[in-house]
Amino acid sequence: MSLTADEVKKIAHLARLGIDEQDVPHYAEDLSGMLELMAAMGAVDSENVPPMAHPLDLHQRLRNDRVTERNEREKFQAIAPQVEAGLYLVPKVIE
Amino acid sequence: MEWETVIGLEIHTQLATKSKIFSGAATAYGAEPNTQACAVDLGLPGVLPVLNQEAVNMAVKFGLAIEAEIAPYSVFARKNYFYPDLPKGYQISQFELPIVGNGHLDIEVDGVTKRIGITRAHLEEDAGKSLHEDFHGLTGIDLNRAGTPLLEIVSEPDMRSAKEAVAYMRKLHELVRYLGICDGNMQEGSFRCDANVSVRPKGQKEFGTRAELKNINSFKFVEKAINYEVERQIDLIEAGGTVVQETRLYDAAKDLTRSMRSKEEANDYRYFPDPDLLPVYISEAFKAEVLTTMPELPDAKKQRFKDQFGLDDESTTILTSSRETADYFEALLAASGCEARLCANWVTGELSAALNKAGQEIADSPVSYDRLAGLLKRIADNTISGKIAKQVFEAMWQSEAEADEIIEKQGLKQITDTGAIEAIIDKIIADNPGQVEQYRSGKDKVFGFFVGQVMKAMQGKANPEEVNRMLKDKLHG
Repeated sequence: MSLTADEVKKIAHLARLGIDEQDVPHYAEDLSGMLELMAAMGAVDSENVPPMAHPLDLHQRLRNDRVTERNEREKFQAIAPQVEAGLYLVPKVIE
Repeated sequence: MEWETVIGLEIHTQLATKSKIFSGAATAYGAEPNTQACAVDLGLPGVLPVLNQEAVNMAVKFGLAIEAEIAPYSVFARKNYFYPDLPKGYQISQFELPIVGNGHLDIEVDGVTKRIGITRAHLEEDAGKSLHEDFHGLTGIDLNRAGTPLLEIVSEPDMRSAKEAVAYMRKLHELVRYLGICDGNMQEGSFRCDANVSVRPKGQKEFGTRAELKNINSFKFVEKAINYEVERQIDLIEAGGTVVQETRLYDAAKDLTRSMRSKEEANDYRYFPDPDLLPVYISEAFKAEVLTTMPELPDAKKQRFKDQFGLDDESTTILTSSRETADYFEALLAASGCEARLCANWVTGELSAALNKAGQEIADSPVSYDRLAGLLKRIADNTISGKIAKQVFEAMWQSEAEADEIIEKQGLKQITDTGAIEAIIDKIIADNPGQVEQYRSGKDKVFGFFVGQVMKAMQGKANPEEVNRMLKDKLHG
């Protein structure tokens, strides 16, 4: 399976990556190579192998429902580019 | 052409945990902006999510209540999209292996019971809030809500009218509140609804193209938004157009829906299992433990009220409409020792009306169940009539006095002294010879006039049955 230039551009857009037009063929080739590798794995008989969601064969640990965090807004907002009235400010979002 | 409406609902319920689904920050509503948003909620580098046990308990509880399959093994996935109130650039949700699958809820519309399938319910984190008021051309972000646990409940496209959709939504709202897993506060966004709506020619098997109506936050608006959307789609198709798959926003002020954005591209969420979280295993023992914490559910309670107390459908519907109402009724019944019918009438009648008028919930009723019990006892033992009782109830609503004090103070005791009643009856008969003549010549209606006169003279304090009996004797004699 090989990716087209348009598909590469769409993936880049979804990931919000700015890529140079001249690099598109290179990415297409590279990503296509990875897909081929996956296709090769598809050839293995996995009929009796249950799908795996995580490489570690462990259970999720659960925490008790307790409030353990204090308000540290001052510290967090000290590193934010712009804040006002306790809010983080970001470029206008238009729906 | 005759059209059929097809509706499926996605309902987001905020789970009533104290802390967030993946962090130890508080979930309390209404805090100062960003004071309940910790490093995990902000998506700072290097943090790891740890799952809240109580969120899992609540999801399982819900699953058991809708007779669903509880997944022995479920997986969290990342749903990738960019929006400033989602700091990580992805929402932790569940995709292929949700915690709850394949349940159902029975609704009743116009006396007909219908089963609505619930495809799945999955755990996920809520996003923050964007404030679009003008901050010098910028948008303000409050991340207090980010990471609040949500259970997204997805129905099958089984509903065929806005009315059915509202009935389903109400039933679900009642259920999550009974279970104590969600406070159901729609104004605060604890219970939010998206509706997938499409139309198709009646008899056609395939579904039409659907539009998704977003965030319609009241029962009334759900009905209106769906009705508007159905009409829009039918008009569009009949005019030769086609419905496009898109997200639409309901504008309550103008009562219409409008296109938000085309879903085609936005929908590419590229889900994949979240490597930060291990799969969740739910054992039979765990389910059994959750089962021991299950309260009696609304349908079972309603049936029991009918069987045990011989109450009708109408009053049992009101009495079981919330757990608090049902609890109040049962406490009243126990405390008063009165007949269930009398207790039910007061809870669904006088008390409900007063609460509605004051805009109060039954849990905060100014007249508690034990005070009301004190009043009902006096009706049952004939100390006061039902009519006087309403007067006493009003006084109880305004003060903290017990029924007995009010009855005593205002001299409202029913007059049982037959001599006193007799004297008044004799006087009224003597004063109204014309009416007596009419009655005796067969005009039964005049009887009401005499009852009215006697009750008036006795300021409503006579036992009406006693008055009726004595009046009849006198008039016939």
